[in-house]
Amino acid sequence: MKHIKTLNTQTLNNTMKKGGCGECQTSCQSACKTSCTVGNQTCEQKK
Amino acid sequence: MIHQYVNNGYHIVLDVNSGSVHVVDELCYDVIQALDTMGIDQAENPVEELKKEETAAGLLEKLSAKYAESDLKDAYGDIVELTEAGQLFTKDIYEQYIGEVKQRKTVVKALCMHIAHDCNLACKYCFAEEGEYHGRRALMSYEVGKKALDFLIANSGNRRNLEVDFFGGEPLMNWQVVKDLVAYGREQEKIHNKNFRFTITTNGVLLNDEVQEFVNKEMDNVVLSLDGRKEVNDKMRPFRNGKGSYDLIVPKFQKLADSRNQEKYYVRGTFTRDNLDFSKDVLHFADLGFKQISIEPVVGEDSDFYSIKKEDLPKIFEEYDALAKALVEREKEGKGVNFFHFMIDLDGGPCVAKRLSGCGSGTEYLAVTPWGDLYPCHQFVGEEEFLMGNVDDGIVKPEIAEEFRGCSVYSKEKCKNCFAKFYCSGGCMANSQKFHGSIHDTYDIGCEMERKRVECAIMMKAALAE
Repeated sequence: MKHIKTLNTQTLNNTMKKGGCGECQTSCQSACKTSCTVGNQTCEQKK
Repeated sequence: MIHQYVNNGYHIVLDVNSGSVHVVDELCYDVIQALDTMGIDQAENPVEELKKEETAAGLLEKLSAKYAESDLKDAYGDIVELTEAGQLFTKDIYEQYIGEVKQRKTVVKALCMHIAHDCNLACKYCFAEEGEYHGRRALMSYEVGKKALDFLIANSGNRRNLEVDFFGGEPLMNWQVVKDLVAYGREQEKIHNKNFRFTITTNGVLLNDEVQEFVNKEMDNVVLSLDGRKEVNDKMRPFRNGKGSYDLIVPKFQKLADSRNQEKYYVRGTFTRDNLDFSKDVLHFADLGFKQISIEPVVGEDSDFYSIKKEDLPKIFEEYDALAKALVEREKEGKGVNFFHFMIDLDGGPCVAKRLSGCGSGTEYLAVTPWGDLYPCHQFVGEEEFLMGNVDDGIVKPEIAEEFRGCSVYSKEKCKNCFAKFYCSGGCMANSQKFHGSIHDTYDIGCEMERKRVECAIMMKAALAE
């Protein structure tokens, strides 16, 4: 495409099939403790 | 739903519901904006709408004064292609799905162990009030800690990875119990086919070689509390006698971070109204050699001198922009660091169920006090209306867990039209409770900052993809 560069190859709806296994971290375990930051976490299935 | 913005010269279009991020030229940016104002996003079938002759004609009429017709048609073709591919003007199809996910039986998979309600620092903004959490000074006994780990194992179902954070107050003030509980956990994980991932959060005052060696052997993650530049840190993080803590702590943290190969830790600070130029603190950490950095906004009452006020937001936004640009430059020079709040994984991040269903507090994540009481998370400790049970009797107020289970971005009116809802998961429930008396609301200043951080994080991806 001449006008558009798309940065990702996956779309969120694709994660509906296998998603929700619950094996990932709870969000406050990593560092935050005062906010809620989920988008930066890693999916355990993709590790 | 789309979100468009320009940051650091990049024209970015986020297709919120698919999570697709598009870096576009100015022409395409204007075309997408024009189509949005023409109602394409609200149309039942955006692809069909885009293919109608009157849509293309309407667009040409709007933009032909600024751009050549051939260029507009070219961009229009790209936009139709992306929309057909499900990467632009996509619909929110998740509400029912999240309802189903939320109905699934949850297990407890993480505990925040308040191993010490006592502290050897007297940080001015501490939500734990020098470790006391509206209560008395106390250290968790080994017996209570064991029961907490037993409770976690018993309530974790088939979940194998169990996370335990040694938190406080200052956990190193009860170090022997931490070590004994880790040993107990290692013994029990074999029996029950579990894998404990231990984390410790410390201010570093009591950190020594023995602690470092144990932590490196046993702890999956370490959170090192420090605020940044010496004058900033020492103003907010003094000892009880008023003396600053920076000089004692920094060399110990540098040594620990190196001994962990600069991985699996965060040096974590808090910024307040007193250092709204916090980008300097992040870069100070980077200059000290730290690679894993988190500096987060303080959450305080409006009356607190240090709390972030609405009028501070423009300055904070400028700082995040400046920081994002500086971090891109460092990355390009081969001196990159991770800044926790700008970390975003556009392809391998969490599934949509995780993104929309909240942080897990009150259901999957619980806090345990030194005397064994259970609360929805560390921030609710001491709030008696949120006391859910204890390690002897388990959850005795399941209605509290149910209320937390019912919380998602769809239970929060303010989240419905927010572009950042897939990145913050509806925000911190404790902050919502603090400012609105309900977990189903949002902490508005926090939301504004989160949106800015998401924009910066995506811009950084665009800049580094060049």
